[in-house]
Amino acid sequence: MTPAQPSLTSPAEADRSIVGGKSARMRSRYLRDAAARWVVWGGGLGVIGALMLIFFYLVSEVLPLFGGATVTPRPPITLSGGGETRYLAAEEQAEVGFRVTADGQAQFFSLHDGQSLASETLPLQGQGVVSVVDIDREQGLSAVQRSDGAVLLMQQRYAVRFDDRQRRQISPTLQYPQGVEAFPFAGQPMQDLVVRQARDQLMIAGADGSSTVVLQRYRQAASLFGDGGLTAQPLLRLDAPFAVDRVLLDPLLGWLYVANRDGGKMALYQLRGERPELIDQVALGSALRDLQHLSGGISVMVAQADGVVSQWFPARREGGVYYLARVRDIAAFGGDRITVLGPEMRRRVVAVGGDNGEAVLVHGTAGTTVWSGKVLEGAVRHLVFNSRANYLMAMDDAGRFAGFDVHNEHPEVSLQALWGKVWYEGYDEPRWLWQSSAASSDFEPKFSLTPLGFGTLKAAFYAMLFAIPLAILGAIYTANFMSSEMRQAVKPTIELMEALPTVILGFLAGLWLAPFVESNLPGVFLTLMLLPLSIPLFGYAWLALPRAIRQRVPAGWEAALLIPVVTLLVSFCFLVAKPIEVLLFAGNMQAWLDQNFGIGYDQRNALVVGIAMGVAVIPNIYSIAEDAIFSVPKQLSLGSLALGATPWQTLVGVVLPTASPGIFSAVMIGTGRAVGETMIVLMATGNTAVMDFSMFEGLRTLSANIAVEMPESEVGSTHFRLLFLAGLVLFLFTFAFNTLAEVVRQRLRQKYASI
Amino acid sequence: MQNSTTNARDNLVARDNRGLRAYVKSGQPYVWLTGGAVTASIIITVSLLVLIMVRGMSHFWPADLVQARYQPPGREAEVVLAEIRSGEEVTVDRLLNAGLPVDPNQALYDRLLLKVGNRDLLGVDFRYVISDWLVERTLPEDAAVFERTEWGNFHGFLDAVVMEGQSYVGENAWPAYRLAQARAEGLRAQIATLEKGRIGRVNYELERLRLRERELQLDGIERASSPEAFAEIDQRRAALDEEYAGIAAERANLYQALDRDRLRLKTVQGRVFEIALAKVLDAHRPNAMNVFQKTGYWFGKLWEFVSTEPREANTEGGIFPAIFGTVMMVILMSVFVTPFGILAALYLREYARQGTLTRIIRIAVNNLAGVPSIVYGMFGLGFFVYLVGGNIDRLFYPEAAPAPVFGTPGILWASLTLAILTLPVVIVATEEGLSRIPRHIREASLALGATKAETLWRVVLPMASPAMMTGLILAIARAAGEVAPLMLVGVVKLAPNLPLDFNFPFVHLDRKFMHLGFHIYDVGFQSPNVEAARPLVYATSFLLVVVIMVLNLSAVMIRNRLRERYKALDS
Repeated sequence: MTPAQPSLTSPAEADRSIVGGKSARMRSRYLRDAAARWVVWGGGLGVIGALMLIFFYLVSEVLPLFGGATVTPRPPITLSGGGETRYLAAEEQAEVGFRVTADGQAQFFSLHDGQSLASETLPLQGQGVVSVVDIDREQGLSAVQRSDGAVLLMQQRYAVRFDDRQRRQISPTLQYPQGVEAFPFAGQPMQDLVVRQARDQLMIAGADGSSTVVLQRYRQAASLFGDGGLTAQPLLRLDAPFAVDRVLLDPLLGWLYVANRDGGKMALYQLRGERPELIDQVALGSALRDLQHLSGGISVMVAQADGVVSQWFPARREGGVYYLARVRDIAAFGGDRITVLGPEMRRRVVAVGGDNGEAVLVHGTAGTTVWSGKVLEGAVRHLVFNSRANYLMAMDDAGRFAGFDVHNEHPEVSLQALWGKVWYEGYDEPRWLWQSSAASSDFEPKFSLTPLGFGTLKAAFYAMLFAIPLAILGAIYTANFMSSEMRQAVKPTIELMEALPTVILGFLAGLWLAPFVESNLPGVFLTLMLLPLSIPLFGYAWLALPRAIRQRVPAGWEAALLIPVVTLLVSFCFLVAKPIEVLLFAGNMQAWLDQNFGIGYDQRNALVVGIAMGVAVIPNIYSIAEDAIFSVPKQLSLGSLALGATPWQTLVGVVLPTASPGIFSAVMIGTGRAVGETMIVLMATGNTAVMDFSMFEGLRTLSANIAVEMPESEVGSTHFRLLFLAGLVLFLFTFAFNTLAEVVRQRLRQKYASI
Repeated sequence: MQNSTTNARDNLVARDNRGLRAYVKSGQPYVWLTGGAVTASIIITVSLLVLIMVRGMSHFWPADLVQARYQPPGREAEVVLAEIRSGEEVTVDRLLNAGLPVDPNQALYDRLLLKVGNRDLLGVDFRYVISDWLVERTLPEDAAVFERTEWGNFHGFLDAVVMEGQSYVGENAWPAYRLAQARAEGLRAQIATLEKGRIGRVNYELERLRLRERELQLDGIERASSPEAFAEIDQRRAALDEEYAGIAAERANLYQALDRDRLRLKTVQGRVFEIALAKVLDAHRPNAMNVFQKTGYWFGKLWEFVSTEPREANTEGGIFPAIFGTVMMVILMSVFVTPFGILAALYLREYARQGTLTRIIRIAVNNLAGVPSIVYGMFGLGFFVYLVGGNIDRLFYPEAAPAPVFGTPGILWASLTLAILTLPVVIVATEEGLSRIPRHIREASLALGATKAETLWRVVLPMASPAMMTGLILAIARAAGEVAPLMLVGVVKLAPNLPLDFNFPFVHLDRKFMHLGFHIYDVGFQSPNVEAARPLVYATSFLLVVVIMVLNLSAVMIRNRLRERYKALDS
């Protein structure tokens, strides 16, 4: 080589290039070099950072689920006007409070400074207020019991408007939906009273400490203009099995609960017929301190003198007989300290007040304590949420008032609620259920990830059951026995399948394979059984052929011979399947299975998913396993063969043990893919979250669940974050599986290199 | 291991031992079994592709119309005119369950699936019949299939054509129909340009004016205090309104002209009814066509399929918007993924210190390719759409509120999400390409005085370019087939507008789009008439498979050529 003579013209310039860095041109070259360095560093790290961001983003969406609740006190306020408070409420925006005093004053006050905003005297005709009970707290509807026992309905109304500077102005008014005329009831004040309104009925029930409960219905008179008054129905008197001083009625007027505080007894009546019917009575085991419905009006929460809050609702025994089920106990305080319960209006949270000013927030479904702390000095008398449950007010015996901003986004999440069996309202036993939404707003969401995780593993299991034998046996043959020319054609063909969009496989599985399997079930099983049996038999028959014919097929091309064999065999299986179905299964295998073994059949089931997803993962497993087997150093197998081992002995004794880590990692990667696959399971299963391992039942996987529910999920809600949790679980699971597989493969590569 | 010595001797002595035991002992059955596994895999692969191809492509072939009498025993006979779609053997038990008057002693029956059309008259356009009961089958020459704008196809006979009040019957009907159809097609094309083009533009401009006005109001400029700011807007709006009125009149005229002719059709049951020609898109008489005519018809339908828009909730018509959306999304994705993927690969291979940390990063990036795609979709929805898009809207598009612009799924976020999804593919492929370049080539360049950047730019990157191409093609192939994440970040079943049109700024990255893969899912599983839509889904699948297979095969070919090239370098 001659010395390089660059495009520099004069020797002086050449001189400079060796010195470097001084000329403008050199400087710009170095500058460009440095710039390139920064761009690559920045860009490269940026991209890697962006990829890592996925993980951190998922975590950041999931973490608030486990953040618990915060309860921040607002600056203390004193309520003007005085008087003993009998009723306390707050409107939705937590700006205006409302109270009713014992002497019949109704007052709206600011929750920021306690100033009275509006005040009026209730039209009680000179009577005092015995008690005020909720009819529908969400609507601000409540009932006042006068000292003569008559009941007056009142409703708080809050008109919201925005002034010219876009500030919210709330103007409260009090209305009397049934007029200022009170409904006479029982002619005497009651120890406890409950009023409910549903559709065209108003029902009042009261207890005076004796064993008689008084029940009065009012029906809406049918009127053309819908403004017909309420007409009283005959008064009903119930004889309870014990003295009653607490009554509770569900919002749909279906169930009446009566209780005795000191005796700790509770009984349930069904109100469907003309006469209320006693369904069940229970002893709580300790005295009762308070009794409240959870939102939705199905469960009742019982505050007990032993510091436990127990949840109850009517459930059915086998045979359909109702009983009052003690669903769960939540320990709130140690000892007899509970004074009052304050349920939320939209979720299953209830605030529990204690006699030393402490409060605890517990969640019914999750059965957990969300927050606890001191709210007041004296014993808590009132604990009231606003309807958004972001504001809690408390009042103690001495009339001291305290308001709290509550940040409690995800009370329904606990480890038990996510993975364990939970006894949901309306069910007769604890179950694993995923049901994230329903038509009604006070529905109890059922967030058990167990059926989804189970469905995921079930789908992956059946897929692997189908894929592993085919892929690994295929890989063994391709790498070890197949001629190299054939291998060059076969391997890319199977690998090409990896690129087949899963949506197509899912579509074929759902719309072609599922109906096909349904009408050819015996044929499918016949194929699965006969195929592995008949191929070795064909091999034996082949051996029996004269050598002249056998030697026409070169070594390593036996698989090509099998193509017509397998094709014919499969066609034969499906041809005879129908007659076999007629002979053995009375013409309908599904009905036969159902009658004889009680096995149900879904058209889109785990068998179909297993086959379709198996087809999707075969190329992954095949490709990696084949690489691992093929790259086993040749001297090992040649040595074994030279020592007289048959090809099969060499394979089992030498090649497979060496390549087993690679095969293992192939299976891991295949499993990872099967676990995360979305479209196939979405299309080929019924997407029902059942816990049944039968191959003829459907399933719902984590990934399909995300695809179905994510677009409708409200941003930032528990449901939204739980879907992210499902995504994070998938992410971590596949990432861990793939990493393990990758590490195993790298070690294997090093091992091969050292041989 | 008592008999191991005898075994070994057996093996050493090459005897042609034909006994079954010897066969099992030799391990041959297992070898055959492994061979069977390969065969089964290959058969599955090939038969899947063939199935999709046959089902998809046969849809466009004009099937014969069979006229027959359907006579279940003991029930009233009826006449049908139908295409026979498929047939299968069914056990008598299942038919008894369905309440059919079958003979319980005959074990098996052939059941046919007929496409009878005439959904408006019969209620359903597909029905199952027992083959044995379908008697007196004929192929009437003049039986015709009319493709309509609603209610699916009509099967029947052309009775007369009423053109400008004049009836053409018998021999003259078909020539008259052809004439009228050609005229209607011309009119329809004019209406389409009018509606899609000019009306679309006017509406778009009006919407922009509304946003402009809202923007002014948000800036605190009131109509009362500064009317001059609004004058231009009002003027422009008035002009547009006037233009719209003109176009609307023109359109009304066209529709009136289209409504001129009517067809009198007769069903096989003998019912005669009239239909406006405007509601008929096409008609053919399959029984009278020869093979060449049928082939021509097949190509015509195929072209119509890829070039027109879907009709009737996607169960009829073409898939052009889905093809367009897929291509555009993939192109956008390539624009994002190529530079960043290559940068990351360059960093990992050329600039980063090759230590444990780099190895961990490499494994992590590698494994991200195995993370389920739906997880990327969640990330795209939460991070891109809600977080980034929401903030973009707040900062730059306050006038559009409460309607979101970028704070809602759209093609930009879809392509970005898929770019992240396919980054590992590009990085891994590029890295592999970089690692294959022999070290001495880099060293030679450096020794000649080139800086590292120059070496990379002039020597390394050009040599690695086939690898990058491979990576990009694989990324495109993956992105084109991916559906799960797109369902979350921007794909819709029917997009009213393409993301690319003639309205400024021409590329609308905030728009939602249609996608081939999602089209398959949607039409196959969410459509009201699955039976009618199924062939279209097969055809769409076939198209998608072809695109992806071609992309993959080209990637494989490029990779193979690349290997050849470095073989030469190494030696």
